[in-house]
Amino acid sequence: MSAELAEVAGQAAGRVRGTIVIAGLAVALVAVALAAAGLGAYPAGPAEIAASLGHRLGLDLGALPDPLTETVLWDVRLPRVLLGLLVGSSLGVAGALMQGIFHTPLAEPGVIGISSGAALGAALSIFVGFTALGAWSVSVAAFAGGLVAVLAVYGVSRAGGRTQVITLLLSGIALNAFTGAVIGLLTYFSDNEQLRSITFWQLGSLGSATWSAVAAVAPFAIAGLLLAPRLGRPLDLLSLGERSARHLGVDVQWLRLLCVVLVALLSSAAVAVAGIITFVGLIIPHLIRMACGPYHGTLLPASALGGALMLTGGDLIARTVAAPAEVPLGVLTALVGSPFFFWLLLRTRARQGGWA
Amino acid sequence: MRLLPAAPALPPRPAPGTAYAEAREVGFRYGEATVLRRIDLAVRAGELLALVGPNGSGKSTLLSLLAGDRQAGGGKVRLDGRPLSAWSAREQALRRAVLPQQLTLTFPFTVADVVRMGRAPWAGTPAEDLDEQIVTEELARTATASLTARPFPALSGGERARVGLARVLAQRTSLLLLDEPTAALDIHHAETVLSLARERAAGGDAVVIVLHDLGQAAAYADRVAVLSQGEIAACGPPAEVFTDELLSEVYQHDVEVLPHPRTGVPMVVARR
Repeated sequence: MSAELAEVAGQAAGRVRGTIVIAGLAVALVAVALAAAGLGAYPAGPAEIAASLGHRLGLDLGALPDPLTETVLWDVRLPRVLLGLLVGSSLGVAGALMQGIFHTPLAEPGVIGISSGAALGAALSIFVGFTALGAWSVSVAAFAGGLVAVLAVYGVSRAGGRTQVITLLLSGIALNAFTGAVIGLLTYFSDNEQLRSITFWQLGSLGSATWSAVAAVAPFAIAGLLLAPRLGRPLDLLSLGERSARHLGVDVQWLRLLCVVLVALLSSAAVAVAGIITFVGLIIPHLIRMACGPYHGTLLPASALGGALMLTGGDLIARTVAAPAEVPLGVLTALVGSPFFFWLLLRTRARQGGWA
Repeated sequence: MRLLPAAPALPPRPAPGTAYAEAREVGFRYGEATVLRRIDLAVRAGELLALVGPNGSGKSTLLSLLAGDRQAGGGKVRLDGRPLSAWSAREQALRRAVLPQQLTLTFPFTVADVVRMGRAPWAGTPAEDLDEQIVTEELARTATASLTARPFPALSGGERARVGLARVLAQRTSLLLLDEPTAALDIHHAETVLSLARERAAGGDAVVIVLHDLGQAAAYADRVAVLSQGEIAACGPPAEVFTDELLSEVYQHDVEVLPHPRTGVPMVVARR
């Protein structure tokens, strides 16, 4: 095969496939979001939802749903769908970024201890009865916990102006163990009500969706989504290793710092409003890479769409499969995600002898 | 954004014979051990300089100091007339390319993608228009054109080494730093690689190669620097530097140097 043909087989084909995948994901996402907005106790069809959305924008797009449905739509289901989109895309992008900067397809926001740091923050605030910030108290505490966790792990693993990937991952493991132990202690000494609260929060759910939760996570998700495409090329080069990336002109330390801060913001914000939802940041980037190659320029936006799709769809299933009861979303993603991850490990081991 | 900032001024080609990269009084310690001591070395535009010496003599460390991977413990490293640290990563990347001993890749990019990565420093400059042409040329030159669509992790060691070289050549810098480029290669590909390095030197670039094979160094280098225990034991044209006495002492082994019967190029063999 000549080099000209290779151009087609490599980057360009990846780009073509990437465009198709991104378009497909976008279409599927709109469909699932409409279904999620419409299905529930007071159902509304896509035409009614469109009319209701148009009405708020001052457009006349046909007959509005009845007032009760309209209220449920705007107060319950739409914020929940939007929160799912934002949290899902944040987790997807955070996972893809982490795998890029930590040189391992196994990295995930949970791995370096962000999720468990956030969980500890939330559990602590519940345990000590921290309510100074009203309904926001637990979320803010979770956010603070996630940020502290990232900074601690990142600080420990930096030596001589560089970040050691192995140390970073190992300190993530240590931090996970520590936070797990402390949460265990808190759980043990909690009264019944605190126990319920801590447990439900740890399970992860979009059930507490409100417009203010949407507003809280939106800036981070949008900032991440806007920045991510510019990180595509440097992250591709980083795949050669830090030294070679630097030899090709990438300011590696700056890139890592930027990515770590972004990951911290994206995943802390997501965990703070939705609790611990695992495997989205792990599985979605894996699937995208299988479909359109390792190019980060495609991977980052596609992971955002894929994460949003997985979470919105997952939440739709979580609240309809056993209606009127709700399966916790975090349990659902882990239930589906962990066997998938197992399969992924076996497949990769068979194909390329593992990750070494 | 500082990751790949706005295109800097393109570096001019160095005049033949000027010192393009220099180490002055450079030392390096690794923990308690002194790896390099007061090294003075300049590589000139248009020459191929080979770094040779026993295992652990500091060859690769010296190369990594020239590359800017490590900070020298003392002394100065210069590139294109300025201290190395005065150039940004991008400005360095427009001036020197580095072939590591082992090229690893986290994600399964294709061979063509990897070689194209060598063009990254030129993004946004007028030279970017030549990217595809240069990538095609270097793939052909390193006999890797038939591999272009293969994922890099699926290649054999020898194939990886050649693809890695193609990436470094595609960077089209005036300084090439190659760390044991022939280690994984058979005699045919090793000779090809050294000829390519020779060509680049003949075209006016400065080339530094770390080599284990003294015969290869003698045949292809304009000058060789023999490192021994962190110091330069000798530096000059191979025919002058490679003597029985010097090499036997440096390598702690009885070595003899014979002129090739036809070309006169020194051949280095262990006395058996």
